[in-house]
Amino acid sequence: MSFITGVGLTPFGRHEGRSTIDLMSTAAESALSDAELKRKDIDGLLCGYSTTMPHLMLATVFAEHFGVQPAYAHAIQVGGATGLAMVMLAHELVDAGVANNILVVAGENRLTGQSRDSAMQALAQVGHPQFEVPLGPTIPAYYGLIASRYMHEYGLRPEDLAEFAVLMRKHAIAHPGAQFHDPITVEDVMASREISTPLKLLDCCPVSDGGAALVVSRDPTNARRVKITGCGQAHMHQHVSAARTLTEFGAAAAVERARARSGTAISDVKYAAIYDSFTITLTILLEEIGLAGRGESASRVRNGDFGIGGALPLNTHGGLLSYGHCGCGGAMAHVVETHLQMTERAGPRQVRDASVALLHGDGGVMSSHVSMFLERM
Amino acid sequence: MTKAAISEATSIADWTEGAEAVLYQSCGACRHVWYFRRGFCPSCGAENPQTKQASGKGEVYATTIVRRAATPEAKAHVPYAIVLVDMEEGFRMMAHGDNDLGIGDEVVMQFKLFAGALAPYVVKKT
Repeated sequence: MSFITGVGLTPFGRHEGRSTIDLMSTAAESALSDAELKRKDIDGLLCGYSTTMPHLMLATVFAEHFGVQPAYAHAIQVGGATGLAMVMLAHELVDAGVANNILVVAGENRLTGQSRDSAMQALAQVGHPQFEVPLGPTIPAYYGLIASRYMHEYGLRPEDLAEFAVLMRKHAIAHPGAQFHDPITVEDVMASREISTPLKLLDCCPVSDGGAALVVSRDPTNARRVKITGCGQAHMHQHVSAARTLTEFGAAAAVERARARSGTAISDVKYAAIYDSFTITLTILLEEIGLAGRGESASRVRNGDFGIGGALPLNTHGGLLSYGHCGCGGAMAHVVETHLQMTERAGPRQVRDASVALLHGDGGVMSSHVSMFLERM
Repeated sequence: MTKAAISEATSIADWTEGAEAVLYQSCGACRHVWYFRRGFCPSCGAENPQTKQASGKGEVYATTIVRRAATPEAKAHVPYAIVLVDMEEGFRMMAHGDNDLGIGDEVVMQFKLFAGALAPYVVKKT
């Protein structure tokens, strides 16, 4: 058993002059304060990686800088799934009695700390160094390949994917910390320039600076009660060339493992936080997990189901697509927003009922999957 | 672009070493077939897999056209198609190809220079 006792999130976008460690510190301070804990209470620390600050031992670098001396600390790397993987590991560690209050933190000046090309090049290295990377693929190209096949199988059109970009922007407008606040339409998405077909600029998440943190505790530290009830993972491939199919990626398997631990039925889920690096990512994950039928997620968006007032509110902070994506902190923003919703602190974005939430993240090219159920006690 | 050889050496060369060939491997024990070279079968673990040259015939499984490249060398080629091809021997590989290729098209393998190095390039079978 474990509880998420505090959360912290910086605005995403440009943080000129602020480093990885600066952004991690801001988010961590905010999460500690939210959990009503002091530095001395933190006996575990998990962090991710930063492309602008590669280091063999980022967790201890951060621990020294921030001023904690945990009994357990290290960094982990699972690409975009890192945020949820850290929270899952914190849950398992607390549950096993290894630590009582684990600070989970990520941050990166991914936007202003390097050129956009070097960010794109660094990310494209998730491809196979011998058999893929020499062909000049980009991350949008890997996802463009996936989109082409998935849309072919289920008869989706580019306009269907665009619905998710519009929805995430609509949500981001209600969050002052989001990177983008200009409303967009399906026509705007369709008219944005092609990056790697069928994906257009507005189908892709941005590169951002930002930080996010949370505390996972054995016992509640304040009046809030958000419990992690079960987590699961699945890792079916790394490279898109080696994926067995481009329609079943392991998301359903990860959710099933989490469900077996938590006992929560998919039909009980009131709020969804799903990784949305691209519009196609969100489409496939929703449909593979079973939160929408195959090929039906776009019509669910048009029906308002995933809106703030809908049957299953989704990524109400705007997701990676419009809140922004700073690396490991990207998916953690989904967790922070879920916590705010579950504790009725989401202000103008507050949904009616977020008592049971399902979170899902993926890393690589739909390679690594982490799922998690949260429940308000 | 520098080549990162992460697989075990084989006696025959392929496109990653500048030869106009695509190689794949198969397992004598369990009949598994795969593309990324290694010294054992990733399905059953048997050693000494066979390394063979592919016929070059296949079918397009997925396709994208890159219009925004990340490296200066690749930018000179924009727009370029990247495809996943299901080869007739039973493995899938990434290649370049004509921009008008669609899923399900039957293709044959050729080779073209990309960013200064030889790369597999598929065209529609005639």
